[in-house]
Amino acid sequence: MVIDIKEKERKVNSHKKRVNLIFKEHDIDKLIEKVLKTEPEKIIDEIKDSGLRGRGGAGFPTWIKLKGAREAKSDIKYVVCNADEGEPGTFKDREIIEKKAEKILAGMMAVAKAIGAKEGIIYLRAEYNYLIDGLQKKIDVFNKKLEDMKFDFTVFIKSGSGAYVCGEETSLLESLEGKRGEARNKPPYPAQEGYLGKPTVINNVETLVYAALIMLDGAECFKKLGTMSSKGAKVFSVSGDTDIPGIYEIEMGMTLKEFAELFGDSNTKAVQVGGASGFCVPRSKFEETVIGFEGVPTGGSMMLFSDKRSMYNILHNYLEFFVEESCGQCTPCRVGCQQLLKGIESIKAKEKSKKYIDELLELAKNMKITAKCGLGQSVCNPFISIVENFREEIVY
Amino acid sequence: MPEMVNLKINDISVSVEAGSTILDAAKKANIKIPTLCHHEDLCIAGNCRVCVVEQKGVNALKASCATPAEENMEIFTNTNKVREARKTIIGLLLSEHNNDCLHCYKNGNCELQSMAKDYLVDSDKYISILKNYEIDRSSPSIIKDDSKCIRCQRCVRTCAELQDVNALAVSGKGSEMKISTFMEKPMDYVVCTNCGQCVTHCPTGALVEKNYIDEVWDVLNDPSKHVVVQTAPAVRVGLGEAVGLDAGKSYTGKMVTALKMLGFDAVFDTNFSADLTILEEGTELLTRLKDKIENKKDVALPQFTSCSPGWIKYIEHEFPDILDYLSTCKSPQQMLGPLAKTYYAKSMGIDPKDMVVVSIMPCTAKKFEANRPEMYSSGYKDVDYVITTREFGRMIQQAGIDFETLKDSECDSILGKHTGAGVIFGATGGVMEAALRTAYEIITGREVPFSNLEVTPVRGLEGVKEATIKIEGCKAEWKFLENVELKVAVAHGLSNARPLAAQVQNGESPYHFIEIMACPGGCIAGGGQPMPVNNNIRKKRTEAIYNEDESLQLRKSHENPEVKRIYEDFLEKPLGHKSHELLHTTYTKRKKY
Repeated sequence: MVIDIKEKERKVNSHKKRVNLIFKEHDIDKLIEKVLKTEPEKIIDEIKDSGLRGRGGAGFPTWIKLKGAREAKSDIKYVVCNADEGEPGTFKDREIIEKKAEKILAGMMAVAKAIGAKEGIIYLRAEYNYLIDGLQKKIDVFNKKLEDMKFDFTVFIKSGSGAYVCGEETSLLESLEGKRGEARNKPPYPAQEGYLGKPTVINNVETLVYAALIMLDGAECFKKLGTMSSKGAKVFSVSGDTDIPGIYEIEMGMTLKEFAELFGDSNTKAVQVGGASGFCVPRSKFEETVIGFEGVPTGGSMMLFSDKRSMYNILHNYLEFFVEESCGQCTPCRVGCQQLLKGIESIKAKEKSKKYIDELLELAKNMKITAKCGLGQSVCNPFISIVENFREEIVY
Repeated sequence: MPEMVNLKINDISVSVEAGSTILDAAKKANIKIPTLCHHEDLCIAGNCRVCVVEQKGVNALKASCATPAEENMEIFTNTNKVREARKTIIGLLLSEHNNDCLHCYKNGNCELQSMAKDYLVDSDKYISILKNYEIDRSSPSIIKDDSKCIRCQRCVRTCAELQDVNALAVSGKGSEMKISTFMEKPMDYVVCTNCGQCVTHCPTGALVEKNYIDEVWDVLNDPSKHVVVQTAPAVRVGLGEAVGLDAGKSYTGKMVTALKMLGFDAVFDTNFSADLTILEEGTELLTRLKDKIENKKDVALPQFTSCSPGWIKYIEHEFPDILDYLSTCKSPQQMLGPLAKTYYAKSMGIDPKDMVVVSIMPCTAKKFEANRPEMYSSGYKDVDYVITTREFGRMIQQAGIDFETLKDSECDSILGKHTGAGVIFGATGGVMEAALRTAYEIITGREVPFSNLEVTPVRGLEGVKEATIKIEGCKAEWKFLENVELKVAVAHGLSNARPLAAQVQNGESPYHFIEIMACPGGCIAGGGQPMPVNNNIRKKRTEAIYNEDESLQLRKSHENPEVKRIYEDFLEKPLGHKSHELLHTTYTKRKKY
């Protein structure tokens, strides 16, 4: 069968849920002026009204962070843009940084105005260092613009230090401070004590851009899209066994069935939603699964697997990733990841009985409730969803 | 009134100060929660996760050591969910741990072992992922065995927070994460001061002292050797704990009896050479003051004490430009060694080559110190073996001695008498207090102006202590000190030493004399003392030291009859020719890496 890729792309692009907010041309000067004129409380109210939740994966309501940092008493506060896009299978922030950096900066400015910060830092994934020159030029123009308008806010770039865990907000802060990337204990949350102990709001690249757009066009433009608990749209990085991999902005609330029809084909066996730390959804559950906080949340990574893929290999690959990328400080994550990997290997090699998989499932569940940070807590997502849905491929 | 937070733990209502953790609250309710990475000397890590507890209405468990207690929280510390989670974590730790407990130096005194025993977790709950680590035996003081390490980072925090040395740090991530040194160099080649605080804060056998128990037994069993022993001031207040007794009591008499039973030919006391140190170091200070004030010479002041070998190596690495400010006096251990092999050997007609000097110290850095190349002034290695209080406790147990029932005995002459001033060397501020008792009296002919000779401003566990003593009514030869306000400072724990040393380096130090002890609390909580250690135990041992001082007739170093005698018979005078040869030393500039 000859696949008509053009036809597929057309189908996706004309889908009723396909939107164009992030990459659309916007009048940045107008946006900056609007932010300058808006009272801090009004900014927070507008964001609250929009229902915007963090686009990095965890989905924390953005306005709560802003409110927390606004109420924190400190002369010095910071805005940090989390551009440490490290989740396997996501590459949308790169595109946004390359094409729409001004909107990120405007979003940071809106957050700065809301909380009273004078400095903003973009923590840029080290692998994206090739973007620094272009980004810095845009920052220079932006900083100059704000200076001319007498708005006291300056943005800097900090090149990341390599580890996956630095995408976790408190590890990112440690790394920003020049320390080893390791998660902090929470509380205190960054909104109370963040960068250098000062109230800090950390947002994903995409969240900041949506915040900027909400400032420009009002909450309505955002909340009219999506579902009750998943407002707005989301930028997806689509990869894996698809003919049309790429970056797509789609309204929240699409079912995986719709998604697989658009991007996959009849051989699509499963979709890994949310990258290595996300959930594996088998074809049998596509119909009932909504992409969103009420179903499967995602930071944007959507990986399609065809029936030619071995789920054992996929799980093995993820576990190898976690074994290496755990920061290593807490026991459940450091040792647990190694045990999960070693465990499935041993079952495959018949060194351990099939029943050992249940011990490993228990271990994964315990990791979720005992690990120190989001990294260790989410290893159980792929492990449990792959093992439970494809047990026969892991244990045989 | 501090703000209070009310919560329930296992249905027991408890009220704690705002900012307290759930662990604090549980302690207050007399509920024990197991911990590994937590240590009250150190900042909160929250990384081992064994202290997890359940909060009503919350699915994820909370690390009780790292979670603030909140109003109306309902916490459960002993649910099935909690127990299973703890078992999982202990099992995970055991899976990366070298579980050859019978061959472990910490067998029976290991926090992981005792937890595994309590929770009935065996070592094969999970597959062993133990790596093949090379044991680092390069240091004369400390052995580092990564196969026993549980990555709790207590050592890292100790080295950074208490000591500001940072010889130990985390390297690698994920499965490669481990506790390492600069560029993975051996312990003997990095800035490690050998203080051993990492050893006393390590919950397992990953960091232990290099023990010389067998070597000491060998010489004790060699009839051709005359084996003398010296015991540091702090040993007597820690030894009880090492043989299973409660903290807070001094056991000088029983200790001497035990040493004689072990077979030492002569039992001496480092307190004697502590007294001698005061005479030498005090005279050195007065000479420096005289040169500065009367002779207007450019001399190095303030003078730093030099008794603590951890401090010496620290300043050699960190502040190599101000080594002139250190007293040239050897530590009491290294004064007694050469005196035993010269003065005492001669008086007994023993060939020093047949003599072995063993010292029992609360310290692991003393092992390094005894091996310094400068420490051969008797013509032989001045101190042959250094063992810690802990090793001594083991020897007593190996020998089957029922320590508690021993009768008291006294140290041997002619290096065994001591005063209360020598005893208090074991606590932070003790050297300063002893020096002031003697120096003030030399200068003025009167006792130091503190009630019962207790120089209270330099006592206690505050990190940096200061005192100012105005000198009035000087004897004729010290007239230049009339009305001088003698300013002194005392610091313990090397992180407290840094600001004082930095002041000196910047030429901004307001002091004349500064006492530094590497270990928090001083030698009573040295790296060679029994475990566990915390401020409560530090206070108990300190109290025992001061009680011993108070109970003694002689409490000023210059009144020690054997010290007087050694000057008459052998050394002639403080800072004399023989002193310089045997009791003073030089220092080495070292790099940071």
